[in-house]
Amino acid sequence: MAQSDTDLPQAAKKSLFQSLELDTRMLGMIGAFVVLCLGFDFLTEGRFLTPRNIFNLTIQTVSVAIMATGMVFVIVTRHIDLSVGALLATCSAIMAMTQTAILPDLLGFGLEHPATAWITILVGLIAGTVIGAFHGWLIGYLTIPAFIVTLGGLLVWRNVAWYLTSGQTIGPLDSTFQKFGGISGTLGTTWSWIFGVIATLFAIWALWNSRRNKIKHGFEVKPIWAEGVLAGIISVAILGFVAILNAYEIPTRRLARMFEDKGEVMPDGFTAAYGLPVSVLLLIAVAVGMTIIARRTRFGRYIFATGGNPDAAELSGINTRLLTVKIFALMGALCAISAVVASARLANHSNDIGTLDELRVIAAAVIGGTALAGGSGTIYGAILGALIMQSLQSGMAMVGVDAPLQNIVVGTVLVAAVLIDIIYRKRTGAK
Amino acid sequence: MTTPLVDMRNIRISFGGVHAVDDVSVDLYPGEVVGLLGHNGAGKSTLIKILSGAYQADSGEIWINGEKAEIHNPRDARRYNIETIYQTLALADNLDAASNLFLGRELVTGLGMVDDDAMEAECRKIMGRLNPNFQKFSEPVSALSGGQRQSVAIARAVYFDAKILIMDEPTAALGPHETQMVAELIQQLKAQGIGIFLISHDIHDVMDLCDRASVMKNGKLVGTVDVDKVTDDDLLGMIILGKHPGKGASEGSGEKSN
Repeated sequence: MAQSDTDLPQAAKKSLFQSLELDTRMLGMIGAFVVLCLGFDFLTEGRFLTPRNIFNLTIQTVSVAIMATGMVFVIVTRHIDLSVGALLATCSAIMAMTQTAILPDLLGFGLEHPATAWITILVGLIAGTVIGAFHGWLIGYLTIPAFIVTLGGLLVWRNVAWYLTSGQTIGPLDSTFQKFGGISGTLGTTWSWIFGVIATLFAIWALWNSRRNKIKHGFEVKPIWAEGVLAGIISVAILGFVAILNAYEIPTRRLARMFEDKGEVMPDGFTAAYGLPVSVLLLIAVAVGMTIIARRTRFGRYIFATGGNPDAAELSGINTRLLTVKIFALMGALCAISAVVASARLANHSNDIGTLDELRVIAAAVIGGTALAGGSGTIYGAILGALIMQSLQSGMAMVGVDAPLQNIVVGTVLVAAVLIDIIYRKRTGAK
Repeated sequence: MTTPLVDMRNIRISFGGVHAVDDVSVDLYPGEVVGLLGHNGAGKSTLIKILSGAYQADSGEIWINGEKAEIHNPRDARRYNIETIYQTLALADNLDAASNLFLGRELVTGLGMVDDDAMEAECRKIMGRLNPNFQKFSEPVSALSGGQRQSVAIARAVYFDAKILIMDEPTAALGPHETQMVAELIQQLKAQGIGIFLISHDIHDVMDLCDRASVMKNGKLVGTVDVDKVTDDDLLGMIILGKHPGKGASEGSGEKSN
């Protein structure tokens, strides 16, 4: 049909940012994050941006960030999940009981048996997925609003966890299991560098592959220098991150103890660094997997279509009820993964694990640009959102802000972030 | 006598005690355009949503090409090559044109991944035919004008080899030029042997584009007439008064004088 002249392809020269085709919203978030970090670093006289603190910040973010990626899908389809913290607690309780009570009694596998950690994680994943799918069934097929189902779920699963463990703290957990927590499971310098280089090469390959595909179909591509700049930025970011984590050295006393455990004596002047934590690798794997689901699979396409217009999705032959079950099952599985990370980091299961995580997770997704109206949101945004929330919290703790004031600031930031997002969307005309 | 492409027999559906469609029978032959006329709430859209799988009839049968068809949802309808252009267009506003075109039927790569580039290339081809001015391939359809959105919805219906096309008020939101383009498209599709149900408020549209017209009022079928044999006023009388003009015109029972 006819259309106005303004739609003709723009021949005008593009600005630097346009050529790079970067998401301006993401740039804004990264900018805010950088300002936040520099601000805290200034206020703490250089204690915020140390390898040690960056390492801690990273491992503290992982649990919430993993769940936030699932929350993106939930919110994109116009639902909400208030039960993720409680579900995390139930998964954590089930896994703690599995490795300390059930496996030893049933199969005679004690803690430290090579299979214990893996069977435990599998049991936890199944539990999380089944519970999530059950939520999804109540929401999709019985049409109970997600808000109600998961509000009920919040009470139910928090207290199922309590009931299972009689409210006790259960620990210590299996040492292989604990490797997923952070400080007890890291790659060390060499493997971290190897990982960093492989990740960089993979990112460059992905950029090149996408460009080749566009050329094959005769679409317009970015100038080659822009691709180069982009590849450069990505490489610096990945390798820089690895370098920082590799700069965090294991304290000498702890190293000495590690040598003693092996019955050896530490050579003089020996140093070693932590490198990339396993939990961060897990987060990266989840982030890549979820991004591929969101952008490159039918499942992801249907999630966004349903969020944009549920009726249209239904009329296009998409089974939106089954889709809801799948989304909540995925959310449940991610809660189980987060439960592994959270309980492994603490080295035990405590009764209050994951308390208020539902709000942190929703806040991370929303600060990361997921619109509650549905239809839009990104995985990297949610992870960045989780990182901003965690930096704010630990930064204020380091500066010595009073506890009540910390929460007041976090709450205010959440509301302000959404306001800024609304203004931004209005300005740019995006939905 | 040829077999009708679509034969909807004695269809009934009610919502909370209201008989939205009450014992209605309509049919459609290949290469034919049948107009569905009636006031708002006469039941035309409801009837057609039963054919497209959005609603399920309480009773009645649908026969496609002489065989009884089971249509329980939109996926079933698509298997019978029934495509629908809804009045609301049924587009996911947050997705781009290509994603909407292929929604529910995405092209995938060997690894089962959605192949956006291939879909955009196909989308460019069909839009080049339907609406050569269309350029906004990478923007969400919420950024498009009414006519552009309409062309995406039409592209979606015609891309997948529709045999039976349902158009619900296809020109309601369009200007005169765009309406003319839809009219040309209908002639073109008709020539390819596609059967089209055209729902419209506009008697002139129906007189110009349709071979026959079925008129509904209060959920009941007033009658089906050959548009050549009736005047505008006859149709108007059917719509407003529910009065059938003479007994000469064919009833909606599948008789067609060829």
